Amino acid sequence: MNALAAGFANPPQESARAFRAAMQAMACPGTIQNITGPEVPGLSPAAALLLLTLTDGTTPVLLTGDAAQSQDWLTFHTGAPKAGSAAEAAFAVGRWDDLGPLNPYPVGTPDYPDRSATLIVEMAEISGDGPRLTGPGIETEVQMSLPDADALRLNAALYPLGVDLFLTCGSRLAALPRSTRIAEDG
Amino acid sequence: MSDYNFAYLDEPTKKMIRRAILKGLAVPGYQVPFASREMPMPYGWGTGGVQVTAACLTPEDTLKVIDQGSDDTTNAVSIRSFFAKVAGVATTTRTAEASVIQTRHRIPETPLRSDQVLVYQVPIPEPLRFLEPRETETRRMHALEEYGLMHVKLYEDIARHGAIATSYAYPALVNGRHVFDPSPIPRFDNPRLESPAIQLFGAGREQRIYALPPFTSVQSLDFDDHPFEASKADGACALCGATHTYLDEIVADDQGTRRFQCSDTDYCMERRA
Repeated sequence: MNALAAGFANPPQESARAFRAAMQAMACPGTIQNITGPEVPGLSPAAALLLLTLTDGTTPVLLTGDAAQSQDWLTFHTGAPKAGSAAEAAFAVGRWDDLGPLNPYPVGTPDYPDRSATLIVEMAEISGDGPRLTGPGIETEVQMSLPDADALRLNAALYPLGVDLFLTCGSRLAALPRSTRIAEDG
Repeated sequence: MSDYNFAYLDEPTKKMIRRAILKGLAVPGYQVPFASREMPMPYGWGTGGVQVTAACLTPEDTLKVIDQGSDDTTNAVSIRSFFAKVAGVATTTRTAEASVIQTRHRIPETPLRSDQVLVYQVPIPEPLRFLEPRETETRRMHALEEYGLMHVKLYEDIARHGAIATSYAYPALVNGRHVFDPSPIPRFDNPRLESPAIQLFGAGREQRIYALPPFTSVQSLDFDDHPFEASKADGACALCGATHTYLDEIVADDQGTRRFQCSDTDYCMERRA
């Protein structure tokens, strides 16, 4: 039997620092935060850190692809229930192809646009090489690599509904909220 | 070492508030419901702001708290010492030295930076509340982007007073979509809502959190022939002589002599230093 990977040694302080990085990422799309997260099989340190910081017994989590290896770890440390399908997920984690199409994920309702899924997308790399982004949190414009600009453009068109994305790669963390407008070219 | 959990709140509560803040940042100006806790201070003393501050404070932060621009009123002093005790964070009265600033009804005069977080205490988060008392209806109005009633209210101001008389909590359109209440800041501060800092709004009694990411467009509502005007008292600060700051009018003696003074005490003191 394998021992589970560790969670936070000091939850209040470590989760506070992790949240500030996550908040900075979500508030400033296109900026990349460097964080220190736990080593968990199937997850990047950044994705593991987000799960420890944001999930609990009230947030069904869908782990797809390699991330599914971390199911026991997640259950032990956070008590987050396993989402039966994308439609039930408050959080979903995995590579873009494993997460599948965006359609089934909750996008919120017109009265409650906050009741939408947050996707944690494991990326091969995050760089400034990608479409031009504008919107809240961006002074003029930034560029960032995106998993699928067309699908995300459709997501942004649902505003104020839509899913919100964290992009993770190793210990690097960025975000793409639904409010970010994605330019058509390049 | 304090006997409290870091920043007072328990970890599950902070997680819940943190998720609300992230959704608030994703939909700027939309009021996210959250399960507000009882805090060791009465409603109306900034319980919403305190909970938001508690959820985003890190041990390395330096906290400043202001009440109507002032660092030394009861509300500001007690919230500052509250966090010094339960989070062990450094506190300051200098805007430039603070990384998190909790405010009641003012934006500091010193321009904010991108590494600062401004947390507002909000009494009534719903801009439409005094026009429509039912939460089910105002929620629907936001969903349908139905803000005609707000323009009628501003128009009635003009019809009655010849100008828009709303002087604080002046409604604004955020990111071209949601009309929001910037909390009771004077309308003098409205143009400075477009800021490099992250701005978070917490309403404890009303159980709502909303947010403005940096550089979010915030248009104060107005009409083509009655454009928005960031007004202030016509005078100069009696202490530092500033004419560009927001001024409080103070009765100075028993004869009713009045004078003006900067509402931002830190800014005024720095100008005189």
